[in-house]
Amino acid sequence: MNLSFFYHFGRYLMFLRSMLYRPEKMNVFFQRLFDEMTKIGIGSLPIVAITSLFIGAVTTVQTAYQLVSGLISKTVIGTIVSDSTMLELGPTITCLVLSGKVGAHISSEIGNMRISEQIDALEVMGINAPGYLAMPKILAGIIMIPILNIIAITLSIYGGYMAGELSGILTHEQFIVGAQSTFKGFTLFFSMIKAFTFAFIITSVSSYQGYFTKGGALEVGESSTKAVVYSSVLILFFDYLLAELLL
Amino acid sequence: MIELININKSFEDKQVLFDINAQFFSGKNNLIIGASGGGKSVMMKCMVGLERPESGHIEFDTRDMLSLDEQQLREVRREIGMLFQGTALFDSLTIEQNIEFPLRMFSKMTVAERRDRVNFCLQRVNLENINKKFPSEISGGMKKRVGIARAIALDIKYLFCDEPNSGLDPITSRLIDALIDEITKEYGITNIINSHDMKTVFDIGDHILFMFKGAVRWEGSREDLSHAQKEIKELDEFIKASYFH
Repeated sequence: MNLSFFYHFGRYLMFLRSMLYRPEKMNVFFQRLFDEMTKIGIGSLPIVAITSLFIGAVTTVQTAYQLVSGLISKTVIGTIVSDSTMLELGPTITCLVLSGKVGAHISSEIGNMRISEQIDALEVMGINAPGYLAMPKILAGIIMIPILNIIAITLSIYGGYMAGELSGILTHEQFIVGAQSTFKGFTLFFSMIKAFTFAFIITSVSSYQGYFTKGGALEVGESSTKAVVYSSVLILFFDYLLAELLL
Repeated sequence: MIELININKSFEDKQVLFDINAQFFSGKNNLIIGASGGGKSVMMKCMVGLERPESGHIEFDTRDMLSLDEQQLREVRREIGMLFQGTALFDSLTIEQNIEFPLRMFSKMTVAERRDRVNFCLQRVNLENINKKFPSEISGGMKKRVGIARAIALDIKYLFCDEPNSGLDPITSRLIDALIDEITKEYGITNIINSHDMKTVFDIGDHILFMFKGAVRWEGSREDLSHAQKEIKELDEFIKASYFH
């Protein structure tokens, strides 16, 4: 860890603080917020759905493969699929995928605006550029990514159930009994806390990387790469931290 | 009027502006000329608030930009229009939305009033029927004109033009020069133009400031330029190096 970490961390905090001014026009702000919610939420739905369905299916098949003992009830497969999906696979894998899709998009969009002087144009007009550009993206992420997490969990469990049913690994009843047997509301609550945290990381880190892009097209690409890498590493770090603190 | 008093600016250890003192007058085309790396763009960025000098004062009609609070600064900035070198039109917005943008953000106009104002600004820069196009669908010269239309959408007092002719053919360059000149005189705007183009200087320059290595080397009118050229070697070299003598 060198001094540049502290430089970037300090600048990141100042960037976040600079967004907290009241928006120039609330109706413009809400319109931008809804646009971003559509982009992040609806735009990410296909990739989240595909990823979740297959992760659930693979979890069922691989858990069945590891349960070689006939003494263990097959309902355990349903338990493992639902719990691991809610605790880890839903929020973490979904957000790692979204760091690639949403994070890279945010960073390249803002980065491109920076190098083509569009951010300078906003500032010359007297508009708070971080508040105008990044704030709606961060809020939209915080609202939509937890919703995507719920969808991911649902589809992942459904994928697991379908894989079990279609391949004859376990019956419909065995899966449902297993999934319901150890369900705790806190597990879902914990999953949502993770989704909120990861959503903030993805959107704020990507906005920061894009906003401070310097140079040309090559640097926009570099900023997007950094946004994805740093978001992913921070997601994994906070995944561990939240598990240590809350479980 | 805009006045710069003892402006100094450095980037890390390298000083790029040295004790700049200058005045830019209302209703006139104030041109800043000089070789690349001479400090013209940094000086313009200091004036519009994109860079902050280490010392000195930048007064917009007696309001010192460097001592205003954030809110006061924003109010002054709303009186500023800027034509960027690369036009800086918002890619994701149509031409109409680009020009409407400052009106939506800062005026209390109704939708119909905003539409009328957009059409007026487009007509003022001799453009029509491109309202629904995106910036990527129009030519470089048209983008510059849209940039001017966006800059004048609000009732501005100060117009900054950074290399308004860069990347344009000579005929379009003259059209842009003429348009900037007309708008400056018509609205009594304090207009500051960064340019390398000596044709612009001789066509529309009312007050000219020659910068060399981060300092103001000469300041005067277009009529005085040929006399100054004989006395100042750097200015003579700069003018002779251009295509227009």
